[in-house]
Amino acid sequence: MADFFSQVVNALQLGSIYALVALGYSMVYGIIMLLNFAHGDIIMVGAYATYFAVCQYGLHPLVAVLLAVLISTLLGVLIEKAAYTPLRSAPRLSLLITAIGVSFLLENGAQLLFGADTKSMVKTPLISGTLNLGGVTVSLAAVITIVVSVIAMIALTFLVQKTKLGKAMRAVSEDMGAAQLMGISLNRTISFTFAIGSFLAGIGAVLHVGSYFQASPMMGSMLGLKAFVAAVLGGIGSIPGAMIGGFAIGIVETLVTVAGLSTWKDGVVFAILIVVLLVKPTGILGRPMVEKV
Amino acid sequence: MNEKKTFQRGRLVPLPTNAFIPERDLEKTPILEASHLGIDFGGLTAVDDFNLTIGRTEIAGLIGPNGAGKTTVFNLLTKVYQPTRGMVMIDGYDTAGMNTVQVNKLGVARTFQNIRLFNALSVEDNVKLGMHNAIKYNMAAGVLRLPVYWKQERIAHERALELLSIFDMQDLADVPAGSLPYGAQRRLEIVRALATNPSLLLLDEPAAGMNPSETYELMENIVKIRDTFHIAVMLIEHDMSLVMGICEGICVLNFGKVIAKGTAEDIQSNPVVIEAYLGKKKEG
Repeated sequence: MADFFSQVVNALQLGSIYALVALGYSMVYGIIMLLNFAHGDIIMVGAYATYFAVCQYGLHPLVAVLLAVLISTLLGVLIEKAAYTPLRSAPRLSLLITAIGVSFLLENGAQLLFGADTKSMVKTPLISGTLNLGGVTVSLAAVITIVVSVIAMIALTFLVQKTKLGKAMRAVSEDMGAAQLMGISLNRTISFTFAIGSFLAGIGAVLHVGSYFQASPMMGSMLGLKAFVAAVLGGIGSIPGAMIGGFAIGIVETLVTVAGLSTWKDGVVFAILIVVLLVKPTGILGRPMVEKV
Repeated sequence: MNEKKTFQRGRLVPLPTNAFIPERDLEKTPILEASHLGIDFGGLTAVDDFNLTIGRTEIAGLIGPNGAGKTTVFNLLTKVYQPTRGMVMIDGYDTAGMNTVQVNKLGVARTFQNIRLFNALSVEDNVKLGMHNAIKYNMAAGVLRLPVYWKQERIAHERALELLSIFDMQDLADVPAGSLPYGAQRRLEIVRALATNPSLLLLDEPAAGMNPSETYELMENIVKIRDTFHIAVMLIEHDMSLVMGICEGICVLNFGKVIAKGTAEDIQSNPVVIEAYLGKKKEG
């Protein structure tokens, strides 16, 4: 029983990180129909920022966290301004290729600057200690990860549903032209979306480092791809869908690992992507695509 | 009883027969002055040498056969298209180089021929989006629900209901815009445009698909909007009872060129207009 409970915590811990990253994918797709493949690499940069702040410069963990989130947010907006804004009216394929290019740039840039080895934070963890929940011992990092993610998702839902900025995002996502004619600035709203998505990725990066104690140049690639699968599973473009998808992928991976097939877990996740695309391409909560004639 | 009579053609505001700008607006800066406006799409000239002045509280009509370039004129005035030639002054300001958002801030709002509401959002949120720039709080205040958020949202809520009540739609505030019946969607578009606090309201075929009694009600409401908000209205419309009933000045477009301007009487008796609509009479 205790074992089951700790596996549930593991699944939720992993799932909440996927969900945070998937949200960024989904929001950006929702507003400019771009699969931002550089999104996962923002997490890598956030993870390195945390590592360097704590291990290299000996900053207080809280300062490191704020710094990492800030750097991730700024990086996301910078990528949007430098790489995607000039292509606003270009075909979507050009945008997609640019996103892949930015992703490679970040991954190889990180290898060049920080080396290809994995930086370990095991000796100086962000969050250490355990918590006793009704007889079951779970790591404090897991509890914080889950709690912080849930708070972030509630705040995001509120932001999108109830504030003028969120409504502007939804308006731009539905009809860019009409939104502009209501006086809503496209540049600002799109940058804002990237900022929010990257902010969540920054939180995801910190939680990832807090949970798994490492940073490596390629970590964003696999994490980003799985979060992408989560976004597609939930219905890309849908915010609650990204949350559901993220947790679902976390649960599936944990199940596969518990079954003793941990080498298969990546394969199973991508098998889910194939099945979703075949059976229900719009995902769990995605709206059916209506081609405009 | 007498009310219906008000809307017989051109009688709403008595005009000197040749005036285009109503007399009451003559002393003030016109809300719109377009001069020599034109746009080419590749080799095709969609609109050419378009000149029009609209008074501050005028109701103006833009008519013409299908494909004459009426909606293109609206797109030029709202900078959806940047003009190839010519100048647009809004409220005395030259709009050269401005984008859609800037022109909207100068006071131009519009509706669309094919309704373009934000269907997934509620009726009230659609109206509030029109107030986007008037609602003042930042993201932090919004997420943390600071007092300024509640205050601004309450003001916006009250204003939205007030605007919706023009068309008696305040009870529909929470309904998703996409589920409204067609006529209500058209009215909501007008309300949403009004929410941007315009001084010039552009209506693209507001009566399309409406039955005569709905159209009549719409006419009343357009006049009511003009009188309440003291703004100018320019409308594209094929329903001649509406155009001749409430438009003080009418501009006729054909093949991208203005072929006639004047009051309803002038237009109806103008042989060039009749030819554009009905074709040329065979000689002999």
